[in-house]
Amino acid sequence: MTLASDYQDPETIQRLLHGTRTLAIVGLSPNHLRASNFVGFYAARHGYRIIPVNPREEEVLGEKSYPSLSDVPEQIDVVDVFRAPAAVPAIAEEAVATGAGALWLQFGVISPEGARIAAQAGLDVVMDRCFKIEHARYIGRMHVLGFNTDVVSARREAF
Amino acid sequence: MNDAYKPDHAFGFHTRAIHAGARPEPGTGARATPIYQTSSYVFEDPESAAAYFNLQEYGNTYSRIMNPTVAALEERLSNLEGGIGAVAFASGLAAQSSALFTLLTPGDHIVASAALYGGTVTQLKHLARKLAVELTFIDPDCLDNWRGALRDNTKILFGETIGNPGGNVLDIEGVAAIAHDAGIPLLVDNTFATPYLCRPMEWGADIVVHSVTKFVGGHGTSIGGAVVESGEFDWSNGRFPIVADPSPAYHGLAFHETFGGYGYLMKLRAETLRDLGGAMSPFNAFLFMQGLETLPLRMERHVANAVAVAQWLGDRDDVVAVRHPALPGGKYADLVAKYLPKGAGAVFCFDLAGNGHPGGPRGAGMAFIRGMRLFSHLANVGDAKSLIIHPASTTHRQLGDDELHAAGIGPGTIRLSIGIEDPEDLIWDLEQGFKSIKEEQP
Repeated sequence: MTLASDYQDPETIQRLLHGTRTLAIVGLSPNHLRASNFVGFYAARHGYRIIPVNPREEEVLGEKSYPSLSDVPEQIDVVDVFRAPAAVPAIAEEAVATGAGALWLQFGVISPEGARIAAQAGLDVVMDRCFKIEHARYIGRMHVLGFNTDVVSARREAF
Repeated sequence: MNDAYKPDHAFGFHTRAIHAGARPEPGTGARATPIYQTSSYVFEDPESAAAYFNLQEYGNTYSRIMNPTVAALEERLSNLEGGIGAVAFASGLAAQSSALFTLLTPGDHIVASAALYGGTVTQLKHLARKLAVELTFIDPDCLDNWRGALRDNTKILFGETIGNPGGNVLDIEGVAAIAHDAGIPLLVDNTFATPYLCRPMEWGADIVVHSVTKFVGGHGTSIGGAVVESGEFDWSNGRFPIVADPSPAYHGLAFHETFGGYGYLMKLRAETLRDLGGAMSPFNAFLFMQGLETLPLRMERHVANAVAVAQWLGDRDDVVAVRHPALPGGKYADLVAKYLPKGAGAVFCFDLAGNGHPGGPRGAGMAFIRGMRLFSHLANVGDAKSLIIHPASTTHRQLGDDELHAAGIGPGTIRLSIGIEDPEDLIWDLEQGFKSIKEEQP
């Protein structure tokens, strides 16, 4: 049986956080109170190039929005999904077809089928994890609000 | 990539008690967590300030709401409890009232153990009056009592890992199942056990509160409290619109939907702590962090000393009963074996016979206190120093014998908080107490 925790490997997550440049956000909402908007805003603030994928919008967070992944004219490093789990297998097929490097499914977006499609094609897969929170855990400043990052280290980081 | 955090190893409790939450400060390399004694923080630019106030970015704004020293303590405590995060408060009672304030609305109902710490009982009665919330206290030892007290408007179950001062041990897993069947959270006060002896969230508790004044700080220097949450409870299940619905304080932000498992703690900090203001001071947080570094070592010594003292008391003819949950054959033996295999804490009561003393057991209790040299006579627990109090002549002195009995206390009850001194010295000191009773007998 596939569990979400099979796709939550901390090393994979950190490799993606450090290696990603372009982040296509499927289901990115222009409503600044939605979780997808929080994540897009945060990712852009931290230097990722965000590419909205939302057929109902022309532009989100100042970036041109595309109707589907296939319409995106540039290389996608990570496909970050804010959609109902039922929509994921088709998104995974598209992610594979466009040559994306990874499929990242946000909190509650649990699709063993979608994960299998992407993983079998060699994509990294993360499931039921938030891109913003994982960034904040390892690179950002989640600890300033008293959250448990589970990071234990005596190394001095670059200032 | 930066490989500093390669999670190729699961660190143990002792290691995390020293390191969790305390990565070296990048600016100076300071190894100890600095005391950030500042009220406020300069913003990088107006855009960053806006992002902080919109909760779009993790950053410091004002020390009533967050402070880097306090945050280090919060992360360490939540890591040790196995929680998703924590919010620290100026006292244990501030933590508790804030945890409740965040999830209650007028007309709600609380079911709580009748064996809770007296200060908690008083607070709950006060909150109930002021918030127009209903309150039912039940005997916590029987699961049917928890189930039977549930109503349609019940919003939380509230117990203590180890009751104060009766030593009741909570069947956390059983009570958590009852709470979850009803779609509500279980809140457990884990002050007496500390995360070293028991981690209630591993047994299903959703919220853990602490008076960190006690064993966490461990040296009786500072007052503080904390709320830890598991991040597992579904606040969007329809029973908690106050947590899940759009918040008017943040332009309609729905905390649980937007922040997922972090939503309750975000609301606790960004609304309740911000608005009620019971913030912990950075200096106190520094002392509590230092306390946590030795928590495992101290707790091992606390519980070993407590068992040695309890056994010695249990062998005496002038002691009627020793209410230590870990003594063999005790009422809570099975629960201790399940939830507290490393020890059942270091606070317990015993009852003096007191026959022969002209003042009866109440007079004998006062005579016993007069005989102490090493035990400190005061109203606190969880210090490296051993502490003693006679409730009938101090905290509960307004009560008659019948009322005392209802509170689970006798006129000759003595409460001990066993420290980490040499156990032989503690036993010697208690011996002086018994001698003092004899000297006052005609």
